Amino acid sequence: MNKVVKNAQEAIAGIKSGMTLMVGGFGLCGIPENCIKAITETDLSALTCISNNAGVDNFGLGLLLQKKQIRKMISSYVGENAEFERQLLQGELEVELIPQGTLAERCRAGGAGIPAFYVPAGYGTEVAAGKEVRDFNGKPHLLEYALTADFAIVKAWKGDTHGNLIYKETAGNFNHPMATAGRITIAEVEELVPAGQLNPMQIHTPGVYIKRIFQGTHYEKRIEQLTES
Amino acid sequence: MSLTKQQIAQRIAQELKDGYYVNLGIGIPTLVANYIPEGIEVVLQSENGMLGMGPFPKKGMADPDLINAGKQTVTLLPGGVYFDSATSFAMIRGGHIDLTVLGAFEVSDTGDIASWKIPGKMVKGMGGAMDLVAAAKNIIVAMQHTSKDGQSKLLKQCTLPLTGVKCIKKIVSDLAVLEITDEGFVLLERAPGVSVEDIKKATEGRLVVKGDVPEIKLG
Repeated sequence: MNKVVKNAQEAIAGIKSGMTLMVGGFGLCGIPENCIKAITETDLSALTCISNNAGVDNFGLGLLLQKKQIRKMISSYVGENAEFERQLLQGELEVELIPQGTLAERCRAGGAGIPAFYVPAGYGTEVAAGKEVRDFNGKPHLLEYALTADFAIVKAWKGDTHGNLIYKETAGNFNHPMATAGRITIAEVEELVPAGQLNPMQIHTPGVYIKRIFQGTHYEKRIEQLTES
Repeated sequence: MSLTKQQIAQRIAQELKDGYYVNLGIGIPTLVANYIPEGIEVVLQSENGMLGMGPFPKKGMADPDLINAGKQTVTLLPGGVYFDSATSFAMIRGGHIDLTVLGAFEVSDTGDIASWKIPGKMVKGMGGAMDLVAAAKNIIVAMQHTSKDGQSKLLKQCTLPLTGVKCIKKIVSDLAVLEITDEGFVLLERAPGVSVEDIKKATEGRLVVKGDVPEIKLG
């Protein structure tokens, strides 16, 4: 079993223009910085990115937007990005907005082999357009479908050569559910160790979901809203 | 005198009970954390994946891996815990959060809420608001009673795109505390010095006034 690849360039091999990618992170917290940078250095285009947010103008997925590599974003919140707004208003970019919990559950379901499920979120709103409604216990719910992706790209704090992952603090966020839902899942980690060195009782994402893993470099970990007391 | 944002937060904090797990939205709701009554322990949930959210870090101690749902750097209190986004919304959707406090542009007298989108302006997205309002058992809306030009935000029907339907039960505005029942907005308390007449004028939806309406008491 060898899942370890040398670097981000090797990790993203096989991604083709027009593919669907899941990209972990919440805001700029826990985003796969190395893989995003590696994609900006390719000619990949017309990507569909499933990611809770779209980065900021010059960091995170904002870097792919600047290079016009993204055709469609599937997200719950896409503020804080002027280039994003420009492309959207010009019709260069398509956006599908999904309630955050529904987005997370659609990824989880995709990884768990559950094709669809019902949730109350969005009933009676524009999110419900065209969706099946069904009452359970007197409360209306919407039918939502699972999401999967050609590639899921996630970031963890520590990982081992079997692909077992541990996240740091709130940087787990969408990384775990997305890791389960990629046909090929790439994990970049701050520290890669040999199998057996991580405490097996503290693993967040079991290695079965991970196809490729590498130790990233030069993590900037930019802070979006610095607040101090 | 209408309530300040801080006073709205202070009044909402009186609704907290010992042992509550609470999700506070962005804006006025965040301020509620500053007024948790003495002797009451509540655990704050942040939907990006944390229970036990603490105050902002001390200067120089900010950690980029530790943020709240507003992407602000925060801290974790003893007993706090981290988890992924699917787990976070499972605890919200599953009804395990006792109270949700959030802001709104408009609320209708049947409990509909509009809080995420203003047509013609840049659409940023609903984030977790639709999940929270659809699932929470107990939701308090913190809002201004009227817009800057005096238009009521407590309406018969919301005019803006909805976040959720028939889900809001209580509002604390700068003018009043109101409960939403089948009859409409039931006036429970009024801001000090604000008359029932003032509140009637500022409320476009059905307003129900029963007997004497006491003034809001702040600590």
